[in-house]
Amino acid sequence: MSLLAGIGFNTIVVMIGVAALGCAAGAAGTFAMLRRKALVSDAVAHGTLPGIAGAFLLAALLGRAPREAAWLMGGAAIAAVLSLAAIEWLARRPRIGHDTATAAVLACGFGLGLALLSVVQTLSVGGQAGLEQLLFGSAAGMLPEEAWLMGGLAVLVLAIIGLVLKELSTVAFDPDFAATIGLPVARLDALVALLCASVVVAALPIAGFVLAVALVVIPPAAARFWSNRAGVVVVLAAAIGSASALAGAALSAILTETPTGPAIVLVAALFFAVSLFFGRARGLLAGGAA
Amino acid sequence: MLAITPPATAAGLDDRLAVEGLSVAYRGVPALEDITWTAPASGLTAIVGPNGAGKSTLLKAILGLVASTGRATIGGRPVAERREATAYVPQRASVDWDFPATALDVVLQGMVREAGWLRGYGRARRDRAMALLDRVGLADLASRQIGQMSGGQQQRVFLARGLARSARILFLDEPLAGVDAASESIILDVFDTLDREGRLVVCVHHDLGTVAERFSDVLVLNRKIIAAGSVANAFTPEILARAYGVPLVARP
Repeated sequence: MSLLAGIGFNTIVVMIGVAALGCAAGAAGTFAMLRRKALVSDAVAHGTLPGIAGAFLLAALLGRAPREAAWLMGGAAIAAVLSLAAIEWLARRPRIGHDTATAAVLACGFGLGLALLSVVQTLSVGGQAGLEQLLFGSAAGMLPEEAWLMGGLAVLVLAIIGLVLKELSTVAFDPDFAATIGLPVARLDALVALLCASVVVAALPIAGFVLAVALVVIPPAAARFWSNRAGVVVVLAAAIGSASALAGAALSAILTETPTGPAIVLVAALFFAVSLFFGRARGLLAGGAA
Repeated sequence: MLAITPPATAAGLDDRLAVEGLSVAYRGVPALEDITWTAPASGLTAIVGPNGAGKSTLLKAILGLVASTGRATIGGRPVAERREATAYVPQRASVDWDFPATALDVVLQGMVREAGWLRGYGRARRDRAMALLDRVGLADLASRQIGQMSGGQQQRVFLARGLARSARILFLDEPLAGVDAASESIILDVFDTLDREGRLVVCVHHDLGTVAERFSDVLVLNRKIIAAGSVANAFTPEILARAYGVPLVARP
């Protein structure tokens, strides 16, 4: 069977949206990695769970159709921003490190989400399929309009990162120096965190809430093995993210029993493994040369 | 000798660096108490004192990197409003040298503000960054990843990034700690150039043996100011004994 047989225009649009999202995730994730805050995206992803479940319950209470994507995605986005705010607030308290704050918010968000989900499951409300898509991910269920929206978000994220690339690099390398020359370090950190959170929330319907973070974390880690220039790492991470998302979505479309999220993560992990061994700049077989 | 950057005008008496009643406490433990000091208009000033005396903390407090009470001003205005006059060269150990950047990339970071938002660095700044790397003897290593350089070379990259600021006042934190002889000689040569250009170099320094020979002024610190002034007046065995708590020989 030809790979393209039976793939219609809508599927192609969805593929483009998925690829664009992977691209944005890789680029935004690079600076989270360089700033050693990659785990924040994971906390945000888990933190969306109570938002999704809460939005579902609220919609059910109000008699709305809870499977409307806008409800669930809105809940996820609000929860993501609250998680970010909670991490930053906690990290600024004395004697709580940034990593502790991140892990605490991750665990609390996930716990609260599971509790709310168990409530959802006791209800005899229909439309739990929409919920399942956000939990486990499926590109197949995506509408072309959603794909366009995703593509738009990706272009926005890439444009922002491109425009402040030299400032983000300066802050990531030496935040103290950046502060002494008057760069708004806290705001640039917040920008990176918001971009990553946006990408993670947008990736929920494709990859699900557990695996959405993989697109932000794995491609930059793989890209780092190939180059010693921050700008090049950003571009490579975007390319690897894009290829992983595209190949993963295509695989799950062809092998219909494979869900999209795991397929994307496995492709990204393959990129990582190849980079780990063969990366030109730092791969295990590169001999340590530049 | 070639000027490192566009020539700086020597500071008038009204454009001095001054610290008034500056105190810093970490979790309630005082690190600096009531520091009041007016820096020389130009020249090389060493900040010396025992471990834990607050030398690095003083630089960080002046530059606004740690919370403090009191004032740090340049020409009567808060340092935060006079950032264009300052350049900070942090301790080498304060960053992760594994970062994906070349020596040239790091030097260019010193020009990130003057290049401005939404713009690239441009050809002219790249050329200037190359010239600065040449000045610190690293032109050959411009495209080398910074983690693959020696400690002395990394310190010189940091110095070049500070020079890229074209600032009148340079704050350096232990720039000679653990560097090889070649790097030390290049760094001290750059200091002399800066001195001749009328700039002020404020340098946290650990090696008492080279203070008298290399610096014009000294600030002796141990949480409080023990002494400040010219090396002849403030760098005496009695003062050092008070700062370090043990008798020391000031000159070898």
